[in-house]
This record gives sequence, structure tokens and C-alpha cells, in this order.
Amino acid sequence: MTTTVPTAAALALGDDALVLSHRLGEWAGHAPVLEEEVALANIALDLLGQARVLLSTVGDEDELAYLREERAFRNLQLVEQPNGDFAHTIVRQLYFSAYQHLLYSQLAAGDGPFAGLAAKAVKEVAYHRDHAGQWTLRLGDGTDASHERMVRACTALWRFTGEMFQPVDGLDVDWAGMDTAWLESVEAVLRRATLPLPEGPRSGAWSAGAGRQGVHTEPFGRMLAEMQHLHRSHPGASW
Amino acid sequence: MVTTTPLEAELLEIAGSVPDPELPVLTLQELGVVRAVHVRGADSVEVELTPTYTGCPAIEAMSLDIERVLRAHGMREIAVRTVLRPAWSTDDITAEGRRKLQEFGIAPPRSVRDSGPVTVGLGPTRTLADEPAPRPEPVRCPHCGSPDTELLSRFSSTACKALRRCLACREPFDHFKEL
Repeated sequence: MTTTVPTAAALALGDDALVLSHRLGEWAGHAPVLEEEVALANIALDLLGQARVLLSTVGDEDELAYLREERAFRNLQLVEQPNGDFAHTIVRQLYFSAYQHLLYSQLAAGDGPFAGLAAKAVKEVAYHRDHAGQWTLRLGDGTDASHERMVRACTALWRFTGEMFQPVDGLDVDWAGMDTAWLESVEAVLRRATLPLPEGPRSGAWSAGAGRQGVHTEPFGRMLAEMQHLHRSHPGASW
Repeated sequence: MVTTTPLEAELLEIAGSVPDPELPVLTLQELGVVRAVHVRGADSVEVELTPTYTGCPAIEAMSLDIERVLRAHGMREIAVRTVLRPAWSTDDITAEGRRKLQEFGIAPPRSVRDSGPVTVGLGPTRTLADEPAPRPEPVRCPHCGSPDTELLSRFSSTACKALRRCLACREPFDHFKEL
């Protein structure tokens, strides 16, 4: 079976996974408890595995990860947002894993070039979504301080959630239906967690969710500098 | 259905006898990750290997180990190909594999065939009562066999395991998560 892999789609999905994996990896040594340290690193590893499969379908994975400039990355702006406090990281996970689960479910059900990976990854993402959902409940419906931080994080990241449902070339999925399903599932978790559904626009006015077009937010450049530093300084370095 | 030659069956058994690099009590056959062996020529062979998790770092060590045992068996040209489809499931772990996991102190995965992905329960929060147990079948302590165990973390030493504690004997233990 040979199917042509649409490059834009492979980069979009692969870069989402790669960038979020790197962000989660930044928690190593800083997580609030040891179990979370391990959990976040494991989620990062799942995502890195997905990224490697996806990027390898359209080029050399190392070159794509370490030698592209910021404007060549096609990830969502949501996944490049800094970790912030633990609430920010959990809300980013909640928003993204709900999206990724819906997207991979649809891709797995089809017969496109990503069906195999999606069928595998959707089972992993079910655990990520569960992890984020449980923490959202615990923190939202926890102390006044944790509730307050969750409200702040939900609101701060809300404007990056509209971008997820812009159609990507080469992905044959029902974007509008996914958007509706995403809102329903996130709203249900937030409601149980006694958190209000954020108000306001779901995309920023300045670069209305243009991550897929290579326009990124300011913290992304700094993240890339760190991520690519070793490879650029020591080309071909290996363990 | 492709027929398997006696040689292919023999090589499959050899490839399957390689111990898992992370859980050496299990062989790759017991883990259910060696899908097929195709003989391509006199001493040329292709092996289909499926990862447990997409990002499983053990897959490279597995490939090298398979190449080594097949080379020792006279094969010169060995290609280990990673296949994702159909996706590996913990249901692919053999009965013998489950027994060994338990003996090794890891609670084996429950069956997912009938019930789909397994959700994990939540302790009480401020206003919500404890959730009802998501599945009737409890995870038993691999040490004392008690069904009275609690989840400590959804992710443990590797992505494929969760960390639990037995409420009867108080021992913490790993549980191979259903996938």
C-alpha cells in the first residue's frame, strides 16, 4: 500500500506533537510532585514518538526538528505557549488533548495516510485527555487558590483554541463537527470542575491563529533556540 | 492470508525468543510485538515489529537484538520494519506473558477487547463525591492478590505502566495499563 503523504498535514500534526513534547519536557526537574514529573515526561514521550513517525514521512526527522527556522514550523500557537504555572500546563493539556483525540479518532476511522498512526496514537491520547481532565477537576474543584489559578489559565489560553479547527490541507475530517464536539467535551469537564467557560474570542486579533501558516508567538523563538542549540552547535552529535 | 514456510516459522520463533529490553522476564513473542517474518532470499529476511507505544524507546534495542539472533542463525541481510497497523494492544500479551508479569511484581493488564479504553477513577474533590469504580474488575496486587488497591499515578516508570498501591499489604506496584 502506498499513499502519498500530504506534506502540510504531516508537518501540522508532527509539529504540534514535537513542540508540545518539548514544552512538557521542560517540566523535568520542576514538577510539583514526583508522580507528575514522571507523568508529564511520559506524555512528552508519547508525543515525541508521534512526531518522529509523522516528520519521518516527509523528510529527515532531525533536520526538520533542529534545522528549520521558526517561520517554517506549522504547529498551533497553543502548544508553543510557555508552561506557566501548573494550572496553565494542565489547561493547555486539556484543550489540546481533547482536540487531538477528536482529530485522531476521525483519522483512524478513515483510510488516509495517517490512519495507522492515528489508530495507535488515539489510544495513548485517551490517557493524556484523562490525565488532564482529572487534574482539571481536582484543581478547579480544589482550594480557592487552585480554582483561581485554573480560571486564569482557562481564560489566558482560550484565544488559542479557535485555531485548532481551521482546516488543514490533506486532512479529510469534519472540522466544524469537531469544533462543536470539542466545545461540548471541554465545557462538560469545566462545569464539573466548577470552572466557568471562558468568554471572549477564540482567536487573537493580531495574528488570528496563524501558526499553521508559520506565524508564531514571541516565546516560540526562545523555545526553539534552546531546542535546536545542541544540534546546531554540534552537527551530527550522537549519544 | 499469506502462507508461512517452515523456515519462516522457525525464524519467527527465534526472533520472538528475544527478551524485551525493558522487561526482560518477557520475550517479544509473549509481549506480542513480532508480527511476521518474511524470507526474501537465501539469507535475506524481513521482520515486522510493532511498537507498544508510538514513542517506545525500546523499539531500537529490540530491532538490534532481533538482527543479532537472526544473524547468528545464518541470515545475512535482515530488515526490521516497524508496522503500526493494526495497533498493538495489551490484549496481544500472551497468557504466559501475563503470568510472568505477575510473578515479576507487575499487575498484568485487564482485557480491553470488550470494553474499549479504560478510564481511571478519581478521588473525591471539594464538592464531588468519589466516582463510582469505572470497571467491575479490580486491579489485583501482584504480591498478595488483594483486589483492594489504589491508583497513585497514571504514569509510572514507563509510559505503559501506572503506579498503584495495595491497601492490604501496603506495597506499591506497577500495573501494565490497558491499551
